[in-house]
Amino acid sequence: MTMNTAEVRDPHDDGRPRMRAVVGSHRIEEEMFGRVFDGKVVSRIWEFVRPYKRRVALAVAAVLTFTATQLSIPLIVRYAIDHGMAPGGVDGGVLAGIIAVFAVVIAINYAASWVQEAVTGRMAENVLFDIRRKMFSHLQKVSLSFMDKTEVGRLMSRLQGDVNSMQEFLETSVLSVGDIMLLVGIVAVMLWLDWQLGLLVLTVLPILLVVRVLWIKRARAAFLAAHEANSVTNGALAEAIHGVRAVQGMDRAGLNQKLYGELVDRNYRAHLRASRMAQIMVPIVDTLTGIAMALVIVVGGSMVVSTRIDVGVMVAFLFYIQRFFDPIRSLTMQYSVMQRAMASGHRLTEVLDVAVDVEDKPGAVPLTPEDDAGVEFQDVTFGYNPEHPILKNVSFKVKSGETVALVGPTGSGKSSAMALVHRFYDVQQGAVLVGGRDVRDVTQESLGRHIAMVLQEPYLFTGTVMENIRYSTHWASDDAVREAAEAVGAHDFIERLPQGYDTVLDERGGNLSLGQRQLLSFARALVADARILVLDEATANIDSYTEMLIQKALQRLLEGRTGLVIAHRLATIRNADRIIVLQQGEKIEEGSHDALMRKDGLYAKLYSLNYASFDDIPAELTGT
Amino acid sequence: MRAARPNRGCLVRALQDGTFPMTQTTDVTAGEAGDPSQRLFRRTAGTDPGQGFSALVRITRMTLGYPGRVAVALVSTLFAVAAQLSIPVLFGRAVDETLILAGDDAAGRASLVAIALTLFAVSVARGLFTMAQNYTAESVGHALAHDLRLAVYDKIQRLPFSFHDRTHSGDLITVGMLDLEGVRMYFSTALVRTVLLTLLIGIGAWMLITTDPLLGLLALSFVPFAAWRSSAMQLTLRRTWLVLQERLAILSRVMEENLAGIRVVRAFASSRHELGKFDAASAEALALSHDRVSIRVKNTSAMTLAFFAAMGLVLWVGGRQVAAGEITVGTLATFLTFMTILQMPVRQLGLMVNAYARASTCGARLFALLDMPVEVDDKPGARDLEVTEGTLRLDNVSFAYAGSDGRTAVTDVSLTARRGETIGIVGPPGSGKTTLMHLIPRYYDATSGSISIDGQDIRDVTLSSLRHAVAVVQQDSFLFTTTIENNIAYGDPYARDRRIRGVSESAQLHDYVLGLPRGYETVVGERGVSLSGGQRQRLSIARTLMLEPAVLIFDDSTAAIDAGTESRIRSALRGYAADRVTLIVAHRLNSLMHADRILFLEEGRVVEQGTHEELLALGGRYKALHDLQMRPEGDVLDEMEEAAT
Repeated sequence: MTMNTAEVRDPHDDGRPRMRAVVGSHRIEEEMFGRVFDGKVVSRIWEFVRPYKRRVALAVAAVLTFTATQLSIPLIVRYAIDHGMAPGGVDGGVLAGIIAVFAVVIAINYAASWVQEAVTGRMAENVLFDIRRKMFSHLQKVSLSFMDKTEVGRLMSRLQGDVNSMQEFLETSVLSVGDIMLLVGIVAVMLWLDWQLGLLVLTVLPILLVVRVLWIKRARAAFLAAHEANSVTNGALAEAIHGVRAVQGMDRAGLNQKLYGELVDRNYRAHLRASRMAQIMVPIVDTLTGIAMALVIVVGGSMVVSTRIDVGVMVAFLFYIQRFFDPIRSLTMQYSVMQRAMASGHRLTEVLDVAVDVEDKPGAVPLTPEDDAGVEFQDVTFGYNPEHPILKNVSFKVKSGETVALVGPTGSGKSSAMALVHRFYDVQQGAVLVGGRDVRDVTQESLGRHIAMVLQEPYLFTGTVMENIRYSTHWASDDAVREAAEAVGAHDFIERLPQGYDTVLDERGGNLSLGQRQLLSFARALVADARILVLDEATANIDSYTEMLIQKALQRLLEGRTGLVIAHRLATIRNADRIIVLQQGEKIEEGSHDALMRKDGLYAKLYSLNYASFDDIPAELTGT
Repeated sequence: MRAARPNRGCLVRALQDGTFPMTQTTDVTAGEAGDPSQRLFRRTAGTDPGQGFSALVRITRMTLGYPGRVAVALVSTLFAVAAQLSIPVLFGRAVDETLILAGDDAAGRASLVAIALTLFAVSVARGLFTMAQNYTAESVGHALAHDLRLAVYDKIQRLPFSFHDRTHSGDLITVGMLDLEGVRMYFSTALVRTVLLTLLIGIGAWMLITTDPLLGLLALSFVPFAAWRSSAMQLTLRRTWLVLQERLAILSRVMEENLAGIRVVRAFASSRHELGKFDAASAEALALSHDRVSIRVKNTSAMTLAFFAAMGLVLWVGGRQVAAGEITVGTLATFLTFMTILQMPVRQLGLMVNAYARASTCGARLFALLDMPVEVDDKPGARDLEVTEGTLRLDNVSFAYAGSDGRTAVTDVSLTARRGETIGIVGPPGSGKTTLMHLIPRYYDATSGSISIDGQDIRDVTLSSLRHAVAVVQQDSFLFTTTIENNIAYGDPYARDRRIRGVSESAQLHDYVLGLPRGYETVVGERGVSLSGGQRQRLSIARTLMLEPAVLIFDDSTAAIDAGTESRIRSALRGYAADRVTLIVAHRLNSLMHADRILFLEEGRVVEQGTHEELLALGGRYKALHDLQMRPEGDVLDEMEEAAT
């Protein structure tokens, strides 16, 4: 982790405490460049290119053809000068013939240029989308423990930035073939035209190469610094925008402006430095070109004068010289592109190689709606880290149609138990049975249809209210969605939204209150119409009015279903058929409210504290 | 020779299209709720051409603020063009020289050396002047960007809440990043380039045509076509680029929401549904990407062909003239070299056109932001608030949000609170509690009535002093991505450690912080350790306490804190409450029943008022709410429901 923040020098440096103010945030930087060539990465990427290998071949062929036509044009000019326009205008036929050849060559050039760019461009785009799809679909299968510990932002930068740099790499790779061929071709043609003059002119080439190699390291450092300064500055701007209410509320605008000024100054200086580095190459290249041209004129000119070579040869040389710095420039750029691509490719393969822990067994059978709707834990032991089990030898049974409340202090393993029912993770010992079958023996998709789940934090997608409630239950009609919304008491507020059910929700449902989002997630579970409902009750405080609606909706949701509820509210707990009390991963009590009260154990103790919610009870009172 | 490929790799393409790959916007522009015309700074909305033009004028004027560098850039451009144009002429002369002198070695060598040395000098001069031109032009852009960044930042920090309510933060970021970039590039890619191309093409054409009108016209024949195709291509690419960004944003959103909501996706076993969404979004973006490749390929190939065709014509016609002895081989060589030199700039005309288009739309958006009036601002000559007695007074305060057709969210609220008093505010959702609280620090200005502290109307004092005197613990507190201590000391960066620890203890945060591996130096926020809702609220309370305000407002800021911790915070704050007015908005009555007075708000009006006991005795709405919360039993639920309907 690096700190990229501006610190303004303390203006009151008189022994007062140091200033604790920064703008712009701490950023985690990733390696931008890898090795130039990483065989493993290349072979993984090749898998994605393989389906397009004929197109790659076609593109390379087109690039070569294109390069050949580029190379031949100065030669044609040379030929025309030396043979088609002898003073005295004797044979117009030769010139016409040469022009005809020229016309054919430029026609080929046109076709080759078209094919090369179109095929390469499309192929690179396709590969980009293929890699992204493969990664995305892989992420749908990898274990949730991987997803839990990986930031979404990090994955997104894999799916966007890293894939993009692979695309850039593919596209430029094909074109690099052309650059190499062009360079080789120019050298070869020059030597062929006149090897002595050729050698003489080519002496500037190694000089340029050395200068370029010396330059690129420092230049790249300057470019990176500018890029970095830019993103730090932009980061600070984004922070100011997102946190503007806090900034104004605490009157920090003045100081922030000063701090931001430092960043902007730094950014300015970094960009000027980068610009100087980029521009310094211009006179160097022009000087070398000048040397080469002067050599051709002096030496080549003398050779023409002494009639050792034709004047057309000299003209051709002058044309080639103007071109031969281009491929060198592109090729040195390609070096950075490759390094960047290797680093990105390495990160991509890391994602693609994340193991899939929870998978359908070969021959897994689907659960059918006819299957029983019971849930059973048989001696289950489970921990995200097997060394530290979260659940220890837990056994219980929820009969079809029964509602069971799981209660217990924070960290007792309630949420893990719920995740196991859906087979988000596999148990280390024992078994979880749904509908009388081990969850590992049935297909995950059918398990998903058999169980509806309501998470503690309601999660909404961008889209209309209708789409959110229906979610993946495609077959539910609009009326079914409406009915579900009515059943959970969400219909009224939905109707009051600007476009009713067609209102598009903001990101994460930002235009709804927490309670309303909760109700929508209930409706979503109701539409899914599964036999078993697993529900993690929200702990956050919702205003009493919405709370009331939610309590009613919950009752409606549990009607005719098997319910396994992680309950926080006393009202919910009391409505359950049975209560299971967990503590530190072990089941310590089980029974109805009355039975547990008689037993006078942990439950009775918690209940008698008379809090509206178990979660409100201070930890020291629960004795955990 | 080789036709340049102006579109190499996506980096270059992105630069030409008007952005960098690093700064792709991920904000969601499609499908926004509410009236789309309400949204400022939409990327896809067209800009009025008049506005675009005045934006260009304004940017041009601003660049003149750096006259030295502008002059150097323009003069260098002139010299660079002169050097550039003399190269073909020198070429031609060298060729002719060799032919005239054929056989005469000694004399030939001397004149050739002279030409070669001139050519070398000209070439070096071209390099140096091009460097000077590019560097100074870019530096003008960077200097402009430097100043604009500061102006944008300042503006954003000063624009009131009402502005930020109706502006999408993603759009604002885009204005500050991409639009600013478009304006920055204006001088080097539009203005200087226009001068460069005008001189190069103009003088070049004049030289060619005066040398030989027919051959000159033939050599230039590709220019109009290439200029037209290049401009048309760049404009189409720019337009489709904006659409592509939108499609990519949708794709990103599908992926991002899927990954962030992966538990829901798994819970509903809906990965197939999600892949369907992904494929649909992906196909849309890919199709457009392919279209863009086609647009590019079609045009660049056509431009190359036009160029070569013109070259073929020059070679043919010129060749015949050489054969007829009308012109020399050197003149022909001059023409051909000229063409190769003109080729690149002509093909890049589109970039210049694009730069104008980009600067005018970007500039229009940027200036719209910079010209936005700051509605809540210091009056001219406003003085600092002087807190003496510490009395807060609200006098018939009403407030209506902009665009609510005058429907008031707060109506005729009056209140006087003295130092040491605690006032509770309660009421159903949407009853105006938060709105009322936001009027006191002038997050919004009251529509009518007045608010004063110690007799000074809050509109007559400086905002800075007011906001030090009135501090709000927000419902949803924003944490800055920095250390916990920096966050706590946000409003008082020079605070001593002791005070930071003190407020942190009062907010019941200290023990938690000590448990973190890096204690108070732990980085929190968006890219740091994520805190739970309750921890965030505690941190928010701590940083507000640092301000030691005369009026301390808790805006439903303990909802995510458990009751036990909240009661400890309450007792810790008892000492603080003695020195100031405390206002508490809460849903949970436990949070405010100790208040000296409680206001019950309904539809923006105070409908009940008194102490907890008085309100219970009154047997009205407050009592009903109290019963609901204290006895969460089914029978009360039904009772409440009847009462509510």
